[in-house]
Amino acid sequence: MLTRYFHDPITLAAVQALIAGSLAFFVVFLSYKLQLRMERDISIALVRGLIQVVIVGMVLLLIFQEPVAIGFVILAAMMIAAAQTSAKRARGLPDAFRVSLYSIVIGSGSVLLVAVAIGVIELKLSALIPVGSMLLANGMNTASLAFNRFRGEVLAHVGHIDTALSLGASPRAAVMPYIRAAILASLIPRVDSLRSLGIVWIPGVMTGMLLGGSHPVRAALYQFVIMSMILTVSALTSILAVLLMSRRIFTPAEQLILRGGQE
Amino acid sequence: MSEEPLLYTKHLSRRVKERFLVEDVNLSLYAQEVLAVVGPSGAGKSSLLRLINRLDEPTHGTVYFHGRDYREIPPRELRRRVGMVMQFPYLFPGTVAENIRFGPRQRGVELSDADVEALLERVGLPGYGDRDVSQLSGGEAQRVSLARTLANEPEVLLLDEPTSALDEAAKVGIEALLREILATGEFAAILVTHDLAQAGRLATRMALMEEGRITRTGRTEEVLHAYQILS
Repeated sequence: MLTRYFHDPITLAAVQALIAGSLAFFVVFLSYKLQLRMERDISIALVRGLIQVVIVGMVLLLIFQEPVAIGFVILAAMMIAAAQTSAKRARGLPDAFRVSLYSIVIGSGSVLLVAVAIGVIELKLSALIPVGSMLLANGMNTASLAFNRFRGEVLAHVGHIDTALSLGASPRAAVMPYIRAAILASLIPRVDSLRSLGIVWIPGVMTGMLLGGSHPVRAALYQFVIMSMILTVSALTSILAVLLMSRRIFTPAEQLILRGGQE
Repeated sequence: MSEEPLLYTKHLSRRVKERFLVEDVNLSLYAQEVLAVVGPSGAGKSSLLRLINRLDEPTHGTVYFHGRDYREIPPRELRRRVGMVMQFPYLFPGTVAENIRFGPRQRGVELSDADVEALLERVGLPGYGDRDVSQLSGGEAQRVSLARTLANEPEVLLLDEPTSALDEAAKVGIEALLREILATGEFAAILVTHDLAQAGRLATRMALMEEGRITRTGRTEEVLHAYQILS
């Protein structure tokens, strides 16, 4: 329909974005009607999202001509931003930024290197940055979930942890049940999405490749590769984040610091 | 008592945000004796026990155990030898036997079924090993908690309001059990309680704690008398 009026692909995409965005503003209207009090948040998120992603598009346009090495610099900067984001979710947890940074860098960095080595990600900027950022964003989300759950579990079990310590348990042993719960909870969405792959949904990468005219089986296999890498990144990041954090919530004399204002 | 105390505190203090929870406490505990620490709630009694168990760090002063600054003793070893029973049992999910085995397992010792049963008999719960802790009454849970601490074979028992979370009937039962266990003379104990009558029945010596400080120590009757005049 629209293609009849707009021949330039960029203009067409911009018009489509405007229409899709207006549809989303219907949600704002609903939020107002139902008094969800999310109007402000949703509106800001929509406008902000549009501006951010267009800027990224423009930046990519500029840097795709640059040497590949710059891709790693950009990914490193993204990792720092990701660590900051998940550290915010870890309010009250000590040294959260550094713990997120270590776990995101190691978790997504190692998988990224393997992906480049086996050629899943081509060594060019137009592949490295989008796929790399997808991997580390998943690591970031998992770390946030894991931190959140771990803090909740520890704060809900301060008495049990003190009891375990007073019975001669190591800090690690005292919080082991909560380490497990946090890692498990943070990975459930990843495992579920892998389990339902293709049945409940056809995810983004495959959709994109199909839209771009790829062979469906190739697109499917590539999607599986991406999903299993996402699972690996998530698991590594979550495990590292929780294990590193579990040491930091104790003093050197093996006393629990994270007590939620209790004394 | 002229012999060396088993455990003593020296200027023991903990200050959190400008406020002293425990301030300059100097207490001695001799072998086989039961020292009650009494006082109004919020006086810092539980904070004092936590410091002696080193669950919190003193901001000033320290504790000597067998004449040795307790900061030189690895925390896990110290906590095993100076065992603590908390106000709430905080049993771990699972069976009674798993709870009893928890402490020894931390240092690689696996209690036999007979060991577990002996401990359960000692706290009046023979045959309870296979029960799930979720099925226990408040009094039973506190008995399991006591047996779990005893499984570590401590030399000192720190009892933090061990009956205050229980109903009247259970309270009487636990107190009788404590009296029986303390009467064996195997342990020295510090009993924190706001129940003066209970302190009078269980303790040989008493310390009165107010606003983080020990304001009086002495024979049970003396301190009780002073406390009643004060309040």
